[in-house]
Amino acid sequence: MMILSPLEWMFYLAALLAVVASVKVITGKNSVHSLLYLVVSLLAVAVCFYLMGAPFAAGLEVIVYAGAILVLFVFAIMMFGLGQDETLHAPKIASMRIWLGPCCIALVLLVQLLYVIDSSALQEKLTSNIIDAKQVGTLLYGPYLLAVEIASFLLLAGLIAGYHFAKPDGQYEHLNIQQSTNEKGEL
Amino acid sequence: MSAIPLSHILILASILFIIGFVGVIVRKNTLYMLMSLEVMLNAVGVAFIGAGSAWQQADGQVMFILILTLAAAEVAVGLALLIQMQRKFKSLDIDLLSKLRG
Repeated sequence: MMILSPLEWMFYLAALLAVVASVKVITGKNSVHSLLYLVVSLLAVAVCFYLMGAPFAAGLEVIVYAGAILVLFVFAIMMFGLGQDETLHAPKIASMRIWLGPCCIALVLLVQLLYVIDSSALQEKLTSNIIDAKQVGTLLYGPYLLAVEIASFLLLAGLIAGYHFAKPDGQYEHLNIQQSTNEKGEL
Repeated sequence: MSAIPLSHILILASILFIIGFVGVIVRKNTLYMLMSLEVMLNAVGVAFIGAGSAWQQADGQVMFILILTLAAAEVAVGLALLIQMQRKFKSLDIDLLSKLRG
């Protein structure tokens, strides 16, 4: 059995937490709780990214994935209505116990983060093979410029589709009325 | 060269991908299927970043950013469709969508 370095220990621990949280996501019964585990899973993967020498990607993972995309999920779940949410009728202690799991995993990840930032030996090892945001940006706006343009088209399509699909049915009615009056006017 | 071997990173990525795939196949609730899709996209991101750090190229992170964009667009459209579905069927069961009748 070979001895793992602290960096490897940190990585495998974060990977294990990511896998555990992902399993909890797909086996969850309550959608909000599954979402909490999904946030924790993404945070654990962000720690993995940092330890792989990609701090920029780790930051993006936390800000965009855990910060923006999952907030979208929360908004949507709130729009579905809490009528079928079983936590409304659950006693307070039970809801505390449900919060405990994600909190514990997040706490372990926080301790890992503090340890990695604090330990100078680890930092030395990490900075030797880091890929920083400058390299990524140069590549993104050089050879990959066309891909960035296409990605912006994709986002525009997502924006329009989101607006169109989420519109209530009643909003089309005034369009139909206008069309019918036009047809009548022409006739 | 990264301190963590590439094979282990790829094993992590495939485990996460399989978890997400099982979630998509097994769950009937469309919201859970979307969340499992997120897990799968995230696993692909892990594979890209791991490969990028193994070869010391920034291309992996560029691909990760593109995957991030894709995930954002996919979630926006998917959740909007889910809202429509909740409004029409009062449920998120995927089996209700077996009849596509306009």
